[in-house]
Amino acid sequence: MTSDSQALTTTEHSPVAGFAHDASGGISNPILGMLLFITSEVMFFAGLFAAYFASRAAVAPWPPTEFEHTLEAFGPVFPATIMLVISSVTCQIGVNAIRRDDRAGFIRAIGITLVLGIMFLLIQVFDYGLLYSEGLTVAAGPYGTTYYTLTGFHGAHVFGGVIMLGVVLYRGMAGQFSSRHHDAVEATSIYWHFVDVVWIGLYTTLYWLR
Amino acid sequence: MATTAPALTPAASGYRSGLYEWLTTTDHKKIGILYVVNSFIFFFLGGLLALGVRTELAQPGLQFLADENLYNELFTMHGTVMIFLFIIPMLVGFGNYVVPLQVGAPDMAFPRINALSFWMLPLAGTLLFLGFATGGAAAAGWTSYSPLAQDRPLGSVGPGQDLWIVGLILVGTSSILGSINFLVTIFKMRAPGMTLFRMPILVWTVLVTSVLVLMATPVLTSALVMLFIDRNYGGSFFDPANGGNAVLWQNVFWFYSHPAVYIMVLPAMGMISEILPVFSRKPLFGYKAFVFATAGIGALGFSVWAHHMFTTGSVYLPFFSLMTFLIAVPTGVKMFNWIFTLFRGKLTFSTPLLFALGFLSMFLIGGINGAFSAAVPVDFALHDTYWVVAHLHYVLFGGSVFGVFAGVYFWFPKMTGRMLGEGLGKVQFVLMFIGFNLTFFPMHALGLSGMPRRIADYASDAGWNELNLAATVGGFLIAASILPFLWNVFVSLRSGKPAGDDPWEGNTLEWATSSPPPPYNFDHLPEIRSERPVFDLRHGRAGSGH
Repeated sequence: MTSDSQALTTTEHSPVAGFAHDASGGISNPILGMLLFITSEVMFFAGLFAAYFASRAAVAPWPPTEFEHTLEAFGPVFPATIMLVISSVTCQIGVNAIRRDDRAGFIRAIGITLVLGIMFLLIQVFDYGLLYSEGLTVAAGPYGTTYYTLTGFHGAHVFGGVIMLGVVLYRGMAGQFSSRHHDAVEATSIYWHFVDVVWIGLYTTLYWLR
Repeated sequence: MATTAPALTPAASGYRSGLYEWLTTTDHKKIGILYVVNSFIFFFLGGLLALGVRTELAQPGLQFLADENLYNELFTMHGTVMIFLFIIPMLVGFGNYVVPLQVGAPDMAFPRINALSFWMLPLAGTLLFLGFATGGAAAAGWTSYSPLAQDRPLGSVGPGQDLWIVGLILVGTSSILGSINFLVTIFKMRAPGMTLFRMPILVWTVLVTSVLVLMATPVLTSALVMLFIDRNYGGSFFDPANGGNAVLWQNVFWFYSHPAVYIMVLPAMGMISEILPVFSRKPLFGYKAFVFATAGIGALGFSVWAHHMFTTGSVYLPFFSLMTFLIAVPTGVKMFNWIFTLFRGKLTFSTPLLFALGFLSMFLIGGINGAFSAAVPVDFALHDTYWVVAHLHYVLFGGSVFGVFAGVYFWFPKMTGRMLGEGLGKVQFVLMFIGFNLTFFPMHALGLSGMPRRIADYASDAGWNELNLAATVGGFLIAASILPFLWNVFVSLRSGKPAGDDPWEGNTLEWATSSPPPPYNFDHLPEIRSERPVFDLRHGRAGSGH
């Protein structure tokens, strides 16, 4: 590269290394990559939401009479929602901890986040079982198909996030993160917040807006 | 500057490495070549499928195909393969090779994800073609409308359509990962001095294309997933018999597939915009206008999708017609950029320039016949006729494919250290240009006289016989033009003229290193003060002051 040497000798300052503290400033490559990936995931859910709203507009009544009270806003999904929101808070606590080099605090917080995420998934599966026994299945007309497609893909994203949290927790316990190098933690937390926001949107649309 | 060895063999760090290296490489240059070679293989397969279509249509009557469903498989797979396995990955391949070099970076931002993106493609292609061996490939058109695409009698029964869905989800994922790679590379890894408005135009077009891929492709993924649920889990998205909405598929599908056509053409326009200045010995006319026009096409491209659905009765016609006419404006701006680049230039009619001129003339025709279709009453008459087939091939073949071949002849020397033969190149160009026009120009008349798309046979007294025969002859001429190309590649790889660093007196950074470049791309970079750093280095100027 051109110009002077001092600022460019270590990998941390290399303009092409793209680490958390890039020589030219701005966010690092992996975090920009995660933000762009989340943009694509938002568009994926946009397609599913478009199908939901189109189906809802074309079918009357909505919900269909036989499912008028099947999706209850204060049913099992309510505690699940609370847990997921809290998990976003604990995730951010974990990120702030590693930014201060508080490794113990970081591991605790990510551990709690992971547990809350798993609980969300378990409640979701349990709820699916209840709904199936009430006749709301994937094949139960547009109402059922859109419900399971939207929540199912959200659940798949939560599952992916749980894997990421598990990896981050493992690596954290192995001492691989510090305040200067923890891109994976930042990226995972951004993804986890995205998963939470999508759920807020889903919960509001499916259970409140109906 | 990395010096070329005096010997005639390519640098040891070039492409002649072992199989293991090729299977496991994360080097953007090798991955780019893998993309290009893989894409050409699918180009030939897609071409064979087209020859199957044209052979059957040459004369009225069903001569060669046992049943019409096989014909449906041929045109479905032809469209699918050409779009998803040829043109899009081919342009990604060129982007992969050239963009890091042009921004002065040592590689893409995420080299391992880059390799993953590539290797998903041969897998996806295999899945798509497996349909032929498992009871019939997808046969519902590349547009896969419901209820024809549903798993029910008179629909698409059997695994072929499901393999098609899964194959395309893989291709889409590969594309999206690639777009993330390009965007991070372009935004974060440019060499010092290269501001956004000093980037080569090809980098700009790849940037805008990557934004389109990032935002539009996931919508296709969602549509494919929903269709899969309909077909395999009793879903009710698109099947009217099940409470679904067939027009919903069309909306979600075209929301992706319209931006897709810009994905298929913008990088080719970028390549032309690199080639025309070099062979006119003039800078691109109106660099900033071109950049804004490209961004405008990208943005407007999201607002026109329902012009594919005018005849459904479910579309707000004035809006989509207006936006479709509007998108012709930035496209026209670019035509003037290119023409005024050539104007009063010192032209060298090498093969890259011939293909670039072919692009300009043929894309112009495709743009004009598209503008006709933007008028709703015209579209009402011409929708689903051969007029549309003419339009799409003039922009995608006359446009993108000619752009690809221009790029091949232009960058082959950089990739291999050897020049492609000019004689054979010109033979290919002439044969391909004549063959292409003979195939597709008659389709304007066929469409205007009412010949529908996607029919295996037609009445012998419809008046379509001669033009169909002419189109078939043209198709075989295109196939024939591939032979001098393949021979050219084969001979040039072995004993082509050594290229040196900069055989064309190029403008951009890839010409500032050896051919092929070392794995790390550059030993050192020239000063970057304009969009033509190598030109500035050669002529000792501070640049045109961007």
